[in-house]
Amino acid sequence: MKQLALVIDLNVCVGCHACVTSCKEWNTSGTAGYLADMNPFGKDPTGTFFNRVMTFEVGEFPNTETVHFPKSCLHCEDPPCVPVCPTGASYKRDEDGIVLVDYDKCIGCKYCSWACPYGVRELDEHQKVMKKCTLCVDRIYDESLPEAERKPACVLACPTSARLFGDVNDPDSEAATAIRERGGYQLMPEWGTKPANHYLPRRRTRITIHEDELVRADNPLKKERQLPMPDKDEQTLDDVTSW
Amino acid sequence: MHPAFSVIFLTTLIGVGQGLFLALYTGQLYSVVKVLPVQDSPGFYGVGSLIAVAFLIAGLFASFFHLGHPERAWRSAARWRTSWLSREVIVLPAFTGMVALYGLVHYSGLNPVLFTFRETFQVDLSLLIGAVATLLAFTLFLCTGMIYACIKFLQEWATPLTVVNYTLLGSASGFTLATAFAAWHGSGLTSFYGGWAILLTVLAFVTRVAALIRNARIRHKSSLQTAIGVRHVRIEQKSQGFMAGSFNTREFFHGAPTTVFRLIKWTFLVLVFPVPVFLLAIGLGAQAAVVFLAAFAVQYLGLIAERWFFFAQSNHPQNLYYQTV
Ligand code: SF4
Ligand code: SF4
Repeated sequence: MKQLALVIDLNVCVGCHACVTSCKEWNTSGTAGYLADMNPFGKDPTGTFFNRVMTFEVGEFPNTETVHFPKSCLHCEDPPCVPVCPTGASYKRDEDGIVLVDYDKCIGCKYCSWACPYGVRELDEHQKVMKKCTLCVDRIYDESLPEAERKPACVLACPTSARLFGDVNDPDSEAATAIRERGGYQLMPEWGTKPANHYLPRRRTRITIHEDELVRADNPLKKERQLPMPDKDEQTLDDVTSW
Repeated sequence: MHPAFSVIFLTTLIGVGQGLFLALYTGQLYSVVKVLPVQDSPGFYGVGSLIAVAFLIAGLFASFFHLGHPERAWRSAARWRTSWLSREVIVLPAFTGMVALYGLVHYSGLNPVLFTFRETFQVDLSLLIGAVATLLAFTLFLCTGMIYACIKFLQEWATPLTVVNYTLLGSASGFTLATAFAAWHGSGLTSFYGGWAILLTVLAFVTRVAALIRNARIRHKSSLQTAIGVRHVRIEQKSQGFMAGSFNTREFFHGAPTTVFRLIKWTFLVLVFPVPVFLLAIGLGAQAAVVFLAAFAVQYLGLIAERWFFFAQSNHPQNLYYQTV
């Protein structure tokens, strides 16, 4: 079954918040109503965001790594937020696996936000309904946009291409390939929610080379120098193995 | 979690209503089998049911303050197949209606005897309605408890003890009120209810303390490691990505200092259990309605603290993502 999702590469995310601002910009301008910003210039500003980037420090000083961690609704394959909704406002689409909230049905009881372990649902202070990432459902199918732009706003905005978008259940898609080949993992697997969004881990960019790897330890001439070059017509080991 | 007063009042008030009804019906059942004296129908069961209904409606009223869109509340009956909240939304009015009917039948006297069991036990209409309402009362306790117990990652709640505690605490407060009501009404059921109220309070004490002990020893399954998927023993959040508050920082943290948090725990442990039992015992000796009423008032206050603590104590895994500004 089709399951659209994001794959977020923590190895290249630089924590620039471009996805946050482009998400807010796109989703606050849609037909579903704006994303509230209460007291934007006051003492206690607060607002609705679908996507937030957090920063974690791993390790002990001075050996630390900074991990920037974007988080939005993970569009779980077994979403615990959906069955608890008393009105049916929260639902998961069969055709592409996107989890959505019907703002016209939602009564704002907040129960679904309790039932999501990831803290990605936010009650909109203005509309008093539950809001969360829609994977830009109003954009990815919009045929008036050039095909290359039919992607979530955050994906288009990311300057380091840390965000991949696609069908994670289609083994040939870019997203599924990245998950398979680059060790993609899910958040809090202990709750069996099967998040569709995956994260690609940090990778080591250093290699360790020991001295004896630079100098041939088994040099029969006991001296490091160029071996006699084989004759042009002579068979080499490469020829043997390339049959 | 952040304790919302709407939900605190909802759960405690309907608990009293359910308990009070169960007390009335138990009294009637005992009198049918001739263990207890028969009460005068309109004055005792009629007025008693009215009080129960008042508590239920007050609870329902409080619940509306929890909603962002109370005018759409009717929609919440839609998903009873999957949602315990939806089931509660259906059972609560059904139960209230049944109690009202039960009271009406008693009050109006339109209470025909349906059949006689073994020549001696008369089964009348009210007894039948009461049986249905009793079933609904327990279903309602189950629904209310399961709303919390079914969220498996709120580990403090995800235990059958949650349902048991809702049932016993609600029943205890209802029976305490029934004792006061019986004393005020001057019926002979005071000692009967008082005894049950003490017993239920003691039982509730045992199961509530069991839940406290369980929760004190809980090991949370989620950690920062599983939350961001980095396997390192030392991870620290440096920023949550925004400087002001958000829904996530308000809804899931109780925000009270540790001393207040502990104080509330001890407050409820004292107010819900020993004080009412003591007052009930005194009241039973002196047969004074005022003392029973005081017992109920103290217990109800304690229950508000208990419910506050119930919410505040549970730790949502989402909090792992919202630790530092
Ligand atoms: S991440 Fe949360 S809101 Fe999104 S589908 Fe999963 S449980 Fe639901
Ligand atoms: S807040 Fe809205 S979407 Fe969430 S459970 Fe309640 S009605 Fe459903």
